Amino acid sequence: MDEVRLIEVKEDIRADNEKKADGLRSQLKAEKTLLMNLMSSPGAGKTTLLMKSIGMIKDEIKVGVMEADIDSKVDAEKMVAQGIPAIQLRTGGFCHLDANMVEQGLGAMDVKGLDLIIIENVGNLVCPAEFDTGAVLNAMLLSVPEGDDKPLKYPLMFSICDVLIVTKTDYLSLSDFDMEAVKERAKKLNSNIKIFEISAKSGDGLEAWTDWLKNEVLTFVK
Amino acid sequence: MHELPVTEKILDIIVSHAQRNNVQKVVSVNLRVGELSDLENEWIQHYFDYLAKDSVAEGAKLVIERVPVVMHCNGCGESFQVDVKAMKEIQCGNCDSKDYTLVSGKDYYIKDMEVI
Ligand SMILES: Nc1nc2c(ncn2[C@@H]2O[C@H](COP(=O)(O)OP(=O)(O)OP(=O)(O)O)[C@@H](O)[C@H]2O)c(=O)[nH]1
Ligand SMILES: [Mg+2]
Ligand SMILES: [Zn+2]
Repeated sequence: MDEVRLIEVKEDIRADNEKKADGLRSQLKAEKTLLMNLMSSPGAGKTTLLMKSIGMIKDEIKVGVMEADIDSKVDAEKMVAQGIPAIQLRTGGFCHLDANMVEQGLGAMDVKGLDLIIIENVGNLVCPAEFDTGAVLNAMLLSVPEGDDKPLKYPLMFSICDVLIVTKTDYLSLSDFDMEAVKERAKKLNSNIKIFEISAKSGDGLEAWTDWLKNEVLTFVK
Repeated sequence: MHELPVTEKILDIIVSHAQRNNVQKVVSVNLRVGELSDLENEWIQHYFDYLAKDSVAEGAKLVIERVPVVMHCNGCGESFQVDVKAMKEIQCGNCDSKDYTLVSGKDYYIKDMEVI
């Protein structure tokens, strides 16, 4: 019988992706375009928040949107109907975007004319956290109906995000969601995380969030 | 389903190393996966069994070692280990600083493989 031998592999499966993501970051830095990656569970309210937020900042900041979905173009159509430049990336079964797909997306956009490009990642809290998209800002949306235990279940997502936006706060009175517990859990995983509480429906808290975002973009493109 | 893309990557790398080394069959693969990953070992093996059918890696066993989460303290420069599941506040044991950067814990590293 043939001998069993040991072969050294020594490869990280995301090394290629990370290299590409770093490349995108330096390319976008040179073009003075801030790339933000927005992640959440399905239906947490990404599209709704983006449409409202972009409406509030578009006179000062030129924004484009890259929508990612497994197999539909509904979200990009909603953006375009609002006059927001948007493209749709279909991940064809993949549950997240990687740097390669983002690079293709950027190729289809007029990057030079934009200060801010927002990626609406595929709705899920697992894989998008594992794959670097090349974004300089990672943001996640947690909606009140999902519950306050999510930082316990998806620690990686909370630990890689720069911003946590807790949304659908209009549901707070109907639920036992403990806002302080969420903030505490998120801060434990990531002491630098910036947290906003908003309702895209009532508009509560939206201005604090868009002011912060505007400031991030203006500092970045300076 | 989230384990699928990761598993596909693992298989790609294994097969390319197998080709370069004239391998007839991959017996087992030693992986190091960070504690921060939410992917389940069992499912990674299930998807692997499915994807590896009819390849040189068919039937290979994935031996997954979990890598602890380690932070580098930006206050004093020490490194310290963190138990994320304990949900205790992450803080440097040496200087109490809460300013830190991740050193390990997100890994998906293929160490080596046993082959025939
Ligand atoms: N009550 C309430 N409903 C909201 C709020 N934000 C969004 N919604 C509703 O939540 C539903 C899902 O919103 P979307 O914006 O489509 O969510 P999404 O995260 O883009 O969904 P996917 O792209 O499918 O993952 C819609 O019916 C929205 O009207 C909010 O702040 N309060
Ligand atoms: Mg959407
Ligand atoms: Zn320290």
